[in-house]
Amino acid sequence: MGWFTRRDKKSNEELAEIWQVCPSCKAHVFKEEWQAGLKVCPKCGYHDRLTCRDRVDLLVDKGTFREFNENITPNDPLEFSDAKGPYKEKGAETAARLGISESVITGSGNIGKVRVVLAIMDFRFLGGSLASATGEKILLAAEHALRHKRPLIIVSASGGARMHEGIISLMQMAKTCAAIAKLDKAGLPYISILTDPTTGGVSASYAMMGDINIAEPGALIGFAGRRVIEQTIKQKLPKDFQTAEYLLEHGFIDKIVHRREMKDFIERFLAYRVK
Amino acid sequence: MELDFEKPLQVIRDEIAALDQKRMKGDSVASSRIATLRRKLKSETAKIYSQLSPWDTVQVARHPGRPTVMDYAGKMCDEFIELHGDRLFGDDKAIIGGFAQIDSTRFMLIGHRKGRNVDENISSNFGMGNPEGYRKAMRLMHLAAKFGVPVVTLVDTPGAYPGLEAEARGQAEAIARNLTEMAVLETPILTIVTGEGGSGGALGIAVGDRVLMLENAVYSVISPEGCASILWRDGSQAPTAAAALKITSRDLAALGIVDGIIPEPVGGAHSNPDETMANVKAAVLEQLKALRSFSTSRLLDNRYKKYAAMGRYN
Repeated sequence: MGWFTRRDKKSNEELAEIWQVCPSCKAHVFKEEWQAGLKVCPKCGYHDRLTCRDRVDLLVDKGTFREFNENITPNDPLEFSDAKGPYKEKGAETAARLGISESVITGSGNIGKVRVVLAIMDFRFLGGSLASATGEKILLAAEHALRHKRPLIIVSASGGARMHEGIISLMQMAKTCAAIAKLDKAGLPYISILTDPTTGGVSASYAMMGDINIAEPGALIGFAGRRVIEQTIKQKLPKDFQTAEYLLEHGFIDKIVHRREMKDFIERFLAYRVK
Repeated sequence: MELDFEKPLQVIRDEIAALDQKRMKGDSVASSRIATLRRKLKSETAKIYSQLSPWDTVQVARHPGRPTVMDYAGKMCDEFIELHGDRLFGDDKAIIGGFAQIDSTRFMLIGHRKGRNVDENISSNFGMGNPEGYRKAMRLMHLAAKFGVPVVTLVDTPGAYPGLEAEARGQAEAIARNLTEMAVLETPILTIVTGEGGSGGALGIAVGDRVLMLENAVYSVISPEGCASILWRDGSQAPTAAAALKITSRDLAALGIVDGIIPEPVGGAHSNPDETMANVKAAVLEQLKALRSFSTSRLLDNRYKKYAAMGRYN
C-alpha cells in the first residue's frame, strides 16, 4: 500500500448517501439540502423528478389529501409478454416496489380555500406510461370533479402510452380527453401541470388540454422522441428543442413556474374564478 | 408489388402467362391447362389468405395497391368537393377532406392520404400528418356539424409526422384538441381503418361513434418494428411484436375496440380494389343510416360511454 492511499477513504456508496450529484450540472449538493430544496439544484435550478407523494406534499395543504380509487390496478388485456417476461409480473412487481398501484394517483385535497381534484402521475411506474388503469383513474377523477363541481389538476410525467396494453392504451387518450371535454362543457377549470418528461400519448391528450398549461423549468415536453425525429429528418436538433422554454416560446405553455411557487401560483390563479 | 408470402401465387401466374403465349400460337392443350391453373391460383390464394400471420397482415395493410383515400373520394363517391387548409398555417397534403356524396347520402369525408408511388408519397408525406392536417380535419368536422351532415374518416397512416417543424407547431396539441373536440362533436362520426392505423396519428381523426376495420387493416399503439426495438431491443423481432400487440381486425373486434369488420376480396384489397370499395361503400351507407336514428344528445352520450368503457374491467 502506497503512502498516498488514505485509509479513511469513503466508499462510493457511503458518498452517495451524503451527496447528491445534480444530473444536469454535476454539482455536488448535500442530500439534505437537495431534499429540503424540493430536489431542485441550488446551483443550476435543475428540477429533478418527484414521486407522486412528493407532489401531494408540494401542492396540497397538509393533511387534506384523500386518495381515491387506489384499488384500481394494472390490467393485462393482451396477456402480453416481451423479452423480459410477462407484463403481469412486471406490473405487480413495480406496484409492490413503489407502493402505488398504477402510474397515477388520484384524490382530492385543499389548496388554500379551494377543494380540488388531483391526478398525479409518477414516472417511476413503468415510465409513467398511460395504460387502462391510468386512464380509468383519470376519467374517474374528472367525473368526481364534475359531480362535486371542483377544479381538476393533472400533473403529468410520462413517456407516453404503455405498449404492453397495446390498443387499449392508445384508447385511453380518447377516453381521458372525452372526460376533459365534459369538464370544459360544465365550465369547470382544468389545470395541466407538465413535468419532466411529458411526451408521446400523454402530451397528445390531456396534458396539452388545460385551460392553462403550466410547466416546470427545463421539463422535456413533446410528441415524438428526439432520436426518432433526428433519424427522420437527418439533422441535429436545437439544444433547447422540446424543453418547457421551447414550448413557451412556441405558444403551447402559459407559464413556466418554479416548483417552490407552484402551489401559490395555482391558488392565485384559481382566485380569478368568480363563477 | 408482390409480398413475400405471395411468391407461390406469382409462380402460378407466371405459368399461366407462359401457357397463354402458347395458346395464342395455337397450342390446343394450353387452354385446359390454363383453366386448371386458374382454379389452383384461386384455391392457393384462399389458402394463403386464410392463414396470414399478424406480421403478414401488416404487409397487406401497407400494400401500395390498396385503395387510397383518393380512390375512395374519386371512385367510391359520386361527388367529392375537396376543401383545403387549416386557416392557420397551410394545407397538409397528408390529410385531405371535403364534402362527399354517395347516392343521396351526403357527408364530410376526411382521410390520411398515402401515395401509390414514390412521387405521390413524397407529395403526401406517406400519409403522415402535420399539425395543420389535424387542424384542417377538425375545421372540416366543425363545418360538417354546422351543416348537419355526418363525418366519415378513413384511417391509413404510419403515424403523425415526427419532424422538427411538426413539434414546433404543436403536433401534440393538434392531436389532443381533435380527441377532445371529436368527443363532443354534434354530428355522427364513422371511422374506418382502411390500411395502417398508426398510433396517435391515426387516433387523431378516429374518435368515431362506430369504428370499423377492413379485414386486413391493422391498428396499433406503436409499429411492430418500434415495439420490437424497444421491448425486445431487436427490430428483427417485429413479427413477434406484431403478434403480441394484437393489431389485426379480428383481435381488435374481440377486444371490443372495433365494432365491425368489412370483408376484403380473397387475396386482399390490393387484388381487387373495386370490390373492396364496393364493400366499404355498403358499410358507409349502412352505418350512416343507423347513426342518423339517434338524437344528438343520445349520440354524444353513447359516444362518451363507448370511450369511457374502453379499458374498464370488472
